[in-house]
Amino acid sequence: MVEVHLWSGLRALTGGLEVVEVEATDTGEMLRALTRAHPQLQAPIDAGVSVTINGRVIASGLTEPIPGGAEVYLMQRIRGG
Amino acid sequence: MSKIHVSTTVNGDAVEYLCDPRETLLDCLRDKLSLTGAKEGCGTGDCGACSVTLDGRLVCSCLVLGVEAEGKEIGTVEGIAEGDVLHPLQQKFIDYAALQCGICTPGILVAAKALLEQNPDPTEEEVRFWLAGNLCRCTGYDKIIRAVMDTAKDMREAV
Amino acid sequence: MALDDLKTKDFAFVGTRPNRPDGLDKVTGRAKFGADAYAPGMLHGAILRSPHAHARILRIDTSKAEALKDVKAVVTRADFSDKVPFEPGLEGEFWNVLENVMAGDKALYDGHAVAAVAATSALAARDALKLIEVEYEILPHVTDVDKAMLADAPVIREGAADYSVPEGMHPNVVRMHESGHGDVAAGFAEADLVVEDHFTTEATHQGYIEPHACLATLGMDGKGELWCCTQGHWIVQKTCAALLGIETANLRVTASEIGGGFGGKTTVFIEPVALALSRKANKPVKLVMSRSEVFRATGPTASASMDIKIGMKKDGTITAAEGIFRLQGGAFPGGPAEFTAMCAFAPYSLSNVRQVGYDVMTNRPKQAAYRAPGSPMAAFAVESVIDELCNQLGLDPIEVRLKNASREGTKASYGPRFQQIGLVQTLEAAKAHPHLSAPLKPGQGRGISCGFWFNHGGETSVSLALSEDGSAQVMVGTPDIGGSRASMALMAAEVLGIPYDNIRVTIADTATLGYNDVSHGSRVTYASGLATIKAARHAVEKLCERAAKKWGIPVDAVKWENGCAVPSGPNAGDFDPLPLADITANMGQTGGPISGHFEATPEGAGVSFATHIVDAEVDPETGKTRVVRYTVIQDAGKAIHPTYVEGQFQGGAAQGIGWALNEEYIYGEDGRLQNSVFLDYRIPVASDLPMIDTVIVEVPNPGHPFGVRGVGETSICPPLAAIANAVSAAAGVRMRNLPMSPPRILSALKADG
Repeated sequence: MVEVHLWSGLRALTGGLEVVEVEATDTGEMLRALTRAHPQLQAPIDAGVSVTINGRVIASGLTEPIPGGAEVYLMQRIRGG
Repeated sequence: MSKIHVSTTVNGDAVEYLCDPRETLLDCLRDKLSLTGAKEGCGTGDCGACSVTLDGRLVCSCLVLGVEAEGKEIGTVEGIAEGDVLHPLQQKFIDYAALQCGICTPGILVAAKALLEQNPDPTEEEVRFWLAGNLCRCTGYDKIIRAVMDTAKDMREAV
Repeated sequence: MALDDLKTKDFAFVGTRPNRPDGLDKVTGRAKFGADAYAPGMLHGAILRSPHAHARILRIDTSKAEALKDVKAVVTRADFSDKVPFEPGLEGEFWNVLENVMAGDKALYDGHAVAAVAATSALAARDALKLIEVEYEILPHVTDVDKAMLADAPVIREGAADYSVPEGMHPNVVRMHESGHGDVAAGFAEADLVVEDHFTTEATHQGYIEPHACLATLGMDGKGELWCCTQGHWIVQKTCAALLGIETANLRVTASEIGGGFGGKTTVFIEPVALALSRKANKPVKLVMSRSEVFRATGPTASASMDIKIGMKKDGTITAAEGIFRLQGGAFPGGPAEFTAMCAFAPYSLSNVRQVGYDVMTNRPKQAAYRAPGSPMAAFAVESVIDELCNQLGLDPIEVRLKNASREGTKASYGPRFQQIGLVQTLEAAKAHPHLSAPLKPGQGRGISCGFWFNHGGETSVSLALSEDGSAQVMVGTPDIGGSRASMALMAAEVLGIPYDNIRVTIADTATLGYNDVSHGSRVTYASGLATIKAARHAVEKLCERAAKKWGIPVDAVKWENGCAVPSGPNAGDFDPLPLADITANMGQTGGPISGHFEATPEGAGVSFATHIVDAEVDPETGKTRVVRYTVIQDAGKAIHPTYVEGQFQGGAAQGIGWALNEEYIYGEDGRLQNSVFLDYRIPVASDLPMIDTVIVEVPNPGHPFGVRGVGETSICPPLAAIANAVSAAAGVRMRNLPMSPPRILSALKADG
């Protein structure tokens, strides 16, 4: 299981949950599992999200492995200027 | 509108072109003589990217009409090096990384050369005020000012 | 990446300061920028722009312009793809961009494009614009962020808000971000002092000296060629193809030398218009913006209205922090509200923090990224409050920042824990810097600030091909804005072990290399650098294979050292080192040409921090402010070419000085931009600035083979706050609104009595 921490703006879409547990071994699976568990998360995920795994920012990759017990955060998509 | 014939000298070479009376010297250098070293950054004389010399005087070529070049001597960035030898300012700008994107560089080189020709030993403040008409958005001017000051020193020592 | 891949010392080339490969071109005037291109038979384009801030377009009559002999094509919105936004994938940002490059039903800001012509000369094109008749129904407008959120504000676009905006907010609020952790109310209750204040910053333009320029050719066969100044030609290719309704691969885009971008050239403005004109006229079309068009119709940064509340104990511990950030991003969604919010408190380790960002639409040009979008404004507001807390509690501003600083393992204000970061090292370097203890003269004040930016990886492709004589050509896809060819060559030299001068780095066009993300996000030295290193290592693998074959030993018994294949140990056999050029000399006969490739989206950019120290002097008679001393201290991870790293530090500081003291978009009551020339929009000139001192801190980024962190953007994060703190100290009154122009300083002094 992966504990995914959501930014607090998403709480309204998960019935108040700020941490969602899903079964996943990589970032793509994790995002798919999130939307299965909470369909309302589809909109923010489509709008663009980045994921951090143990502090490392994965800007857009869907194939990054998530090791067991990793600290995982969802963030709004990182871009540059 | 009928065009006007202009005979002038650019970097020592006699040239001729036909221009609309509304066209600037910058337009004529770039579009008629293919000397694209001078750049148009603003078209209002504020940025200095189009700096050239007109009978030895530093001007913004976007503020000079093409027809005004008749019978004059124009100097552009393309004429700064002598054959295969760069002007000391050009070499120093490369050595000091006094440019990032390089769009302002031609104008700054023309302006700095004009400065050193009339003041071979400028203070930092004099260099900063002389180049105040040449905008650079990349460098914060630090390396540009150092390059000009150091070139002046080298040129004085070489005399 | 495994840590054993990381090399952080004993470099032969990295860290040296050779001359840039394109230096000669750039000092002789022969480098070709956007407007320097020419094609046989080319036409010149010009764009007609709305004089109104908000108006319905009732009718456009182009017949008189079309009747002119010199005019070869006139285009309006009808000449672009009718599939946008109706087909999947073409809604969203493609639609926003199309609406922005050519207005549809409504003109949304002063300067919005409504029609364009191509004619036989630039003068003829300009004359023809005057003959296009546009009938407008003028609508009420709003250009101020706070006013745009009020109940009676005119609606820019109904239904533009996304899922994140709570019900009941004005339709101009299109996105909302909220994040944080802990309990801020409890945190404020623990504080000995709570300071709450309101801050504003104005929109500023990236101010690149080269206006947008392009030369476009598009035939009836749907195949096109485009030359343009851009930070990323693949995004130009993709966007133009979508907007013109052609296949991406049929449009080849070549990036010219680029005369500055700073985020402003990460999208398209005139390129699709030139292509549409060319398709209609069946001739090449050159289109160059005037400076006024650049100001009116290309992306400035967002303006901001911000509320900050921070609680502190007497010992300097921050107990809670809260910020509300309202970002005005023009007539389209996209103001960097989430970045402003997420960057705001990132330098500090906080138990209780909450940040909220609103993206608000107004009748202004579509904002574009500008160097660390959103972060400088946030730092201005937050670091001003921290400065005020230090002043009121009598605490040292460096010590307070050190006490609260984010470190490896700190839970960031935006969620996750930090990996290895260098904020503390920049603060320690600031503390030790002679600038911090230098005496100030009367009328001067000193300010410091920290700043933070995420940095970015992005899609990256690099190819490296070896020549028979042992030289190497490296093809990258990220336009060289500030000397990156030199950095790429240094990294390739480091891996290959051949001289820097034997490596030529070229910016490949879209037809000759795989996709590359834009030169943005401080990603070039990081991502193209990583890809160059990997491509060079790929070539080295092949070189080792050839040596192994020649020597008749297994390939894992060969290693690469100082530009030669050598046996990996005494048991591998006794062979003389085989130099690269000896292998490439007959590579055609030993297996074929040797090239290395790397294509990936590197994930591991590594965030970065900076600390700036500024001394400012205020003239109480005139309100004029002068920056008298400036020091930038920033973590670069590893400086590949230190001179160009210093250049990025200095350039970011200078732009920050302009933003803090002079630059602003000024709109009249009529919604028109009042200062669209450099005379009135004043960027710093040489006589405004002091020398800008730099200190490069190197805390390696584990996500790059040599430890590189991007440096381009973080350098503009601290200046607004550091200067505001210095000016506030010098003036004896807190400055809450940027720019701190002479009239603002005078009125603040007057209000203070």
